[in-house]
Amino acid sequence: MDYQFNTADLVFALPEIFMLSAISLILLIDLFVSQRFQNLTYTLAQITLFVTGYLAFSLIGESQVIFDGTFVLDTMGSTFKVFTMGFAMVALVYTRHYLKVHNLFRGEYFVLALLSVLGMMVMISAHSLLTIYLGLEIMSLSLYTLIAIARDRATAVEAALKYFVLGAIASGLLLYGMSMIYGITGSLDIAQIATFATSATLASEQVLILNFGLVFLVIGIAFKLGAVPFHMWVPDVYQGAPTSVTMFLSTVPKIAATAMLVRLLIDGLGAMQAYWSDLFMVLAILSIALGSLVALMQSNIKRLLAYSTISHIGFILLGFTTGVIEGYGAAVFYVLVYILMSLAAFGSIIALNKQGFEAEQIADFRGLSKHSPWFALIMLVVMLSMAGVPPFIGFYSKLFILQQVISAGYVYLAITAVVFAVISAYYYLQIIKTMYFDDAEGEITVTAPLDMKVVLSVNGILILVIGIMPSYWMELAISLF
Amino acid sequence: MEFTSVLFYVFGLSFVASAALMVSARNTMKAAMLLILSFFSAASIWLLLEAEFLAVTLILVYVGAVMVLFLFVIKMLDVDQSTLRAKFTKYLPLGIVVAVIVIAQMALVLSAGQFGLDAVAEPARHAADYSNITELANLLYTAYVYPFELAAVLLLIAIIAAITLVHRKGSRSKKQNIAEQVSVQAKDRMRLVSIPSGKRKESK
Repeated sequence: MDYQFNTADLVFALPEIFMLSAISLILLIDLFVSQRFQNLTYTLAQITLFVTGYLAFSLIGESQVIFDGTFVLDTMGSTFKVFTMGFAMVALVYTRHYLKVHNLFRGEYFVLALLSVLGMMVMISAHSLLTIYLGLEIMSLSLYTLIAIARDRATAVEAALKYFVLGAIASGLLLYGMSMIYGITGSLDIAQIATFATSATLASEQVLILNFGLVFLVIGIAFKLGAVPFHMWVPDVYQGAPTSVTMFLSTVPKIAATAMLVRLLIDGLGAMQAYWSDLFMVLAILSIALGSLVALMQSNIKRLLAYSTISHIGFILLGFTTGVIEGYGAAVFYVLVYILMSLAAFGSIIALNKQGFEAEQIADFRGLSKHSPWFALIMLVVMLSMAGVPPFIGFYSKLFILQQVISAGYVYLAITAVVFAVISAYYYLQIIKTMYFDDAEGEITVTAPLDMKVVLSVNGILILVIGIMPSYWMELAISLF
Repeated sequence: MEFTSVLFYVFGLSFVASAALMVSARNTMKAAMLLILSFFSAASIWLLLEAEFLAVTLILVYVGAVMVLFLFVIKMLDVDQSTLRAKFTKYLPLGIVVAVIVIAQMALVLSAGQFGLDAVAEPARHAADYSNITELANLLYTAYVYPFELAAVLLLIAIIAAITLVHRKGSRSKKQNIAEQVSVQAKDRMRLVSIPSGKRKESK
């Protein structure tokens, strides 16, 4: 056989190539700069994210499958990459304050964060089972290390180990499913798997094996997203990890996980939509129910947000059960909205951190409105938006999903989701009550630096502004499919 | 029966037998040795399948490096075997039930006859001058160059992670500073203290 490597293809992978080169460079620079210029690594990481985002942006509109079918460049991929870079930049701004006050500020932190973003880019652009898996492992391995970077805290080490072991099990299940799909289709290429799955002459045994593999793929994806009943790791990891890492892993990777879902199940096994839709329905309802009910009993705000994430994931999966492009668009819109809200929520928690003080209880928010009304207002907006109160953006994301679910004919599903969304409003409102009506026990101050205050304010304002005109973003999300 | 078939059954038998013995061995050292034997048998089966490079790599990397590291770890850690095995019988019934169910389910799906020679054509035998390594290199640097590079990135992360988590500046580091050692003076290492002779202080 004659194999070809087309050098001209490299242009289409420019964001990834730039990112990897920059990471290697930062790693070296960080080794030789003294502790006094620590901020250099941080600044370089931000510049890298910005340039990579710009490169991905300039590739929007190009559509190409390169590297012998292992890499795909399309509008969805490029747009996802731009959003990933943007959200990662915001997350790093918040991260810096947390690391400074807790003496965790090290160059490796930013290098590992960039490496996990690289893994996300690989997942987003994957066009073969092999690259999906490699991207997933690059992302996860960096995240495990980020959690354990606070190795003096027993809870962080426990969280890292738990995440590592359960992540390995999830990867194993995913790989097993992939091996089944590969065994029956004879190809790792997503396009060829799709061709095989849509061919009309499938024997019933072949459908059975495809289904068998599909179940394991769905379990692997559910594990990574944290959907019930594969959610066990979420609360412990969210609570145990340093807050900046919790923020990072609860927000940015969700885009890549969505991309993995789209590539595997919609692009690859779109012909099996009727099968995986049913699985998703069960996962979605269980996630929404458990996420809403168990969060009622939490006093640790990181744990509460973990359960809140689980119920948001339920809504996202609900969007994918519809099987129509509008439903997929609504789910992607929900993912982006969720990340925006979650960043602001964790940003507010981090803003309360100061030297030697770790804010992680709901009680730490007591009396915030008296000491810094502006940040209390931002947290108010975030909580109302997460609860789904109009006119904030969280209302529209839920509305779009429910519209699609109802027009797909699942009225009962929509009603159940709404009932649990109302229940979940209780704990969001309780945080607001704590901020506005309870008195602080000690002195409560926001010591965050100026850049963080500005970004956090913009983040909060965006939740309101996009909520006023959400249709543009919704159309953008639908146009990706 | 052909000679290669005989070889296959010999290696296959030793593979399965050593794996089973390894799991049930009471002595960790014996288990490690049996694992080496099962690696060796697997490598031999790969040789029969014309995957020479993989076979050699398995022996070099796993037997040569990974297992040696394993043996080091076993020798250095004092693991109490009795505590590890204390709950074995307690969990055995449940474990057997789960194993039987999993095997039955897999058998149901896999026995559907989709993976046999009638479903997938038998791969052609290659000529004697066929080079496995050349073919592999051709593929790795053309069709699979992207996954190949990604695997390299994974290894880079592993290195960064290991160093980040284990390297500790300060007290535990036993780094030598040669310049300091060379320029050391007697008075840096020794302190002359004049102790007054005579009555000793009463200790409380």
